[in-house]
Amino acid sequence: MSSTATETVRPAAPSAARLEVGREGELLRLRLSGAWVTRTVGAQDAALHALEAGGATRVELDLSAVEALDTAGAWLVDRTLGELRRRGLQVEVTGAAPERQALLDKVERRRAAPPPPKRASSLLGLLEELGRGAADVGATAKELTAFLGQTVLALARTAVRPARLRGISLVYHLEKVGLDALPIVGLLAFLIGVVLAYQGSDQLARFGAEIFTVNLVGVAVLREMGVLITAIIVAGRSGSAFTAQIGTMKVNQEVDAMYTIGLDPVDVLVLPRLLALLIALPLLTFYANVMGLLGGAVMATVVLDIDLLSFVRQLRDAVELMTFWVGMIKAPVFAFVIALIGCYEGLKVSSNAESVGLRTTRAVVEAIFLVIVLDALFSIFYSVIGV
Amino acid sequence: MSPVDGNGAGGGEDLVIRVQGLRTQFGRHVVHDNLDFSVRRGEVMGLVGGSGTGKSVLLRNIVGLMRPAAGTIDILGERIAAPGGGTADMALLRKRWGMLFQDGALFSSLTVAQNIEVPLAEHTDLPPALRREICELKVALVGLPPEAAHKVPSELSGGMRKRAGLARALALDPEILFLDEPTAGLDPIGAHQFDALLRDLQSALLLTVVMVTHDLDSLYAVCDRVSVLVDKRVKVGTIAELEREPDPWIQDYFLGPRGRAAASAKDALRGGTSGAHSGTGDAPQDTMQG
Ligand SMILES: Nc1ncnc2c1ncn2[C@@H]1O[C@H](COP(=O)(O)OP(=O)(O)O)[C@@H](O)[C@H]1O
Ligand SMILES: [Mg+2]
Repeated sequence: MSSTATETVRPAAPSAARLEVGREGELLRLRLSGAWVTRTVGAQDAALHALEAGGATRVELDLSAVEALDTAGAWLVDRTLGELRRRGLQVEVTGAAPERQALLDKVERRRAAPPPPKRASSLLGLLEELGRGAADVGATAKELTAFLGQTVLALARTAVRPARLRGISLVYHLEKVGLDALPIVGLLAFLIGVVLAYQGSDQLARFGAEIFTVNLVGVAVLREMGVLITAIIVAGRSGSAFTAQIGTMKVNQEVDAMYTIGLDPVDVLVLPRLLALLIALPLLTFYANVMGLLGGAVMATVVLDIDLLSFVRQLRDAVELMTFWVGMIKAPVFAFVIALIGCYEGLKVSSNAESVGLRTTRAVVEAIFLVIVLDALFSIFYSVIGV
Repeated sequence: MSPVDGNGAGGGEDLVIRVQGLRTQFGRHVVHDNLDFSVRRGEVMGLVGGSGTGKSVLLRNIVGLMRPAAGTIDILGERIAAPGGGTADMALLRKRWGMLFQDGALFSSLTVAQNIEVPLAEHTDLPPALRREICELKVALVGLPPEAAHKVPSELSGGMRKRAGLARALALDPEILFLDEPTAGLDPIGAHQFDALLRDLQSALLLTVVMVTHDLDSLYAVCDRVSVLVDKRVKVGTIAELEREPDPWIQDYFLGPRGRAAASAKDALRGGTSGAHSGTGDAPQDTMQG
């Protein structure tokens, strides 16, 4: 459809929308000129709203001088016509070429949208949100337990028939959560060892018991710090990644596609990630323990003049093998929790991008929270059984 | 053809889009090679081709979402891509076209009304109340019910998302409208309504439309000319002209059973409501009746 008239070509920079109001007794004459397009009509909106009939009974709306008209301009014309008619005036449009008349007819179709759904007043809303949040915690706990059951079942199925396991996926995730985490876990564990040794020696020096710094570092790193630091880093970098990956697949309906093909998302998505973390986190913890002790040893040599040999000798006296296992045993438990929450939140993503972000944040917060709560429970448990 | 300034070379034609010698490649995979493509002002240009022949990629090149490996692209008289980089002010140009993406690409966290308001709020200084009225107008224009304005995209069906995407593309009353498979995934009636809607809007707003489509009915119903992507290049013409092309894909496409069916449906339709769409100018479909 090639345009026949030159005037229909809209210039790059439209001229302003102009409105002239003239009165001849009973007749109100509105003359529109310039470009009445989206970019320009804003200026005339208020003037048209405030239009006074002032005793006129007839209105003549002249469009002949309008250079360009688009839907926004047509809408303003149509709205003005409607308002004037409602006030009982007789309105006549002149100078509208057929295409413009067609456009005017088109914009008449507009229907006011119903008001947007109301949001409760701020205080009430806050209360409501609080209640909803509390109820959500309960619901989440319940669902998470159900998901735990589902996962354990899938684990058992895989244990019976190991061929079901997705090996390539497992290896891929092992690399992502294990190997790729080595630098950051090592560095942070080393620094924790340094800090513990420094703070410990500072306090213990008052009693002339600097040598016990080794005991402090050894016990703290092996029992608590090594595994805790590792778990928190892994929750931050891998738990969140699980949620984001699975969540994005959810948004793209990939998870729904799996269901229809007859694949169980728990088998395909959850198990490889869970197993990867179950393997990687204990190994990372062991590595963090070594690095933490190394940090302590370096600090001891530099600040306390305890040479490496006496550090090792003192360490051997201070910690038993049990101390090491007390820490290590927590690693698979934390791994399970982090993977479970990461995958659960990913599968809970609804169909928009915003919820991916929301769920990812929740996964990290919940995982770290649970890791610390579980760590406290472990401490209580150990003190009860006297380890 | 209006004898307006334009970018002359087309023999007095007023070309709003002119692509010359375009080459696009991903790594070593060449999608377009020495491709020429042009669109006249006020026409509806259909763009067809097998899957993966680079229709979407061509659109992405034209709207500046991608840089071609070689060739020049002029749009609305401005050069947006050339060997040494384009000279156009893209920020200004972008307000003058709208694009409907293949799968809507609505902002998922905003309601339909908010989606339409985004370009209005960004590029105009309309008072908020008028802006909302214009949003409601666009919602009605694309045939969505008023309640849909406050729904987020995930609460809409595929067809409604397409319409909402079209409303957003139309928000600024652009001069050029790019549509990537607008009727794919719609039911036939929905698709037919979409075609009618497009034709109406096109004639009322004097739009230039570039439409990727696989829908033969759409091609016959709304397109003035059709460009076919074959062998990394474009063959262009009216449907009648293309039917005479020897290329096997084109032969199969237009003269296969589905093409025939669409053509006869179109003829039947034209018999009933002749000149239903504003018969300005040289309606090229006339030639195909002969
Ligand atoms: N981002 C990309 N990276 C690599 N290849 C791409 C990319 N986008 C598209 N392609 C390739 O370009 C070709 C054309 O794609 P597209 O334009 O989407 O096809 P269609 O004609 O079906 O719309 C396809 O072969 C596709 O594989
Ligand atoms: Mg495509």
